[in-house]
Amino acid sequence: MSDRRPRVVGFCCERHASDSATLAARSGKEWDASVRTVTVPCSGRVDGLMLLRAFEDGADAVFVVGCLEKNCYYDTGSIEGRKRVENVKSMLADLGIEKERIEMFNAASTNPWAFPQAANKMAEVARRLGPLESGGESK
Amino acid sequence: MIVAKRKPIADIAAMVEPYKKVAVIGCRSCVAICLAGGEKEVKTTVSALKVRNRRDGRQQKFEALVVERQCEKEWVKEVEETVKSADLVLSMACSLGAQTIADMYPERIVFPGLDTGFFGVPEEQGVWTEKCVGCGNCIIHLTGGICPVARCAKSMMNGPCGGSSNGHCEVNLDIDCAWYAIHERLRLQKRLDLIEKVMPPKDWSTAHHGGRRTYVKEEARLTQHQKKGRERAK
Repeated sequence: MSDRRPRVVGFCCERHASDSATLAARSGKEWDASVRTVTVPCSGRVDGLMLLRAFEDGADAVFVVGCLEKNCYYDTGSIEGRKRVENVKSMLADLGIEKERIEMFNAASTNPWAFPQAANKMAEVARRLGPLESGGESK
Repeated sequence: MIVAKRKPIADIAAMVEPYKKVAVIGCRSCVAICLAGGEKEVKTTVSALKVRNRRDGRQQKFEALVVERQCEKEWVKEVEETVKSADLVLSMACSLGAQTIADMYPERIVFPGLDTGFFGVPEEQGVWTEKCVGCGNCIIHLTGGICPVARCAKSMMNGPCGGSSNGHCEVNLDIDCAWYAIHERLRLQKRLDLIEKVMPPKDWSTAHHGGRRTYVKEEARLTQHQKKGRERAK
């Protein structure tokens, strides 16, 4: 196994996703220390370029957390976010890179488990698949 | 506008793999409107290729640029330095842009990043449809503004055919029958008499079938004297 800690980047909308993370922290819930979050105004603000740049700059796994699809603060932002994640998933798959390295999640602000679950799941994926530069096999 | 779509990213990755320095050049015209080769698409393609290189430990240098109109030499001149210093130019414009660069710099290798599709229009967000095949002899004044050459699967000049069913085409029921649409449009315009006139077989000599076409507007051309003057001014 690689000694280096996996690098996981999570893009969180500043509405339900960030509220879920804040509620989780206040409730004493923890998530994997390898996860770094980037707050965006809405998950629909995330585009393919932002997601790929995260991989380009060293992430082993990337995820986006937005509002619940029928309860999005900006109505359809989290639907847009999901479409972009799916697009990058398919590009990664075409390039022979594991598509599990990117995922979309939805969170309700009142749910303190949603964000930690998403973060821990992606940290586990990054550990299982290993660093991206290893070609998917842990060196 | 010219409608194109990006080649599968795996195909692009395989094409550019042997080259150390790659200039990826997009276009801000048609292909930007159809979300295939504008600034964001160029940057996204380069980023995807860099992610692949990170995975494979491959060293490759990319430069991402976008010109206003890649099919015009004046705009391509602006990126001349980059084109000349790159091992490969990956054009993210339509084939016209790619060929303009290839013709201007015949010693450089130019690959297409897009598959050029058709002359079309944005129908709704994310949807483009073909409406013209560039046959060189437009007849839509006789067909209610609807082109049967582009929109009828059989390019029929008199229709509809027996395969028209409830306004749809027998080739694919998701496609509207062009001649049904023409009939409805002419009825709306109270010009239904036009549909009863038999149109002669189409003269395809104005289309691509006679080989490459060139249009010349004499009054816009430069005389030898003018060309020499421009050369001197450079």
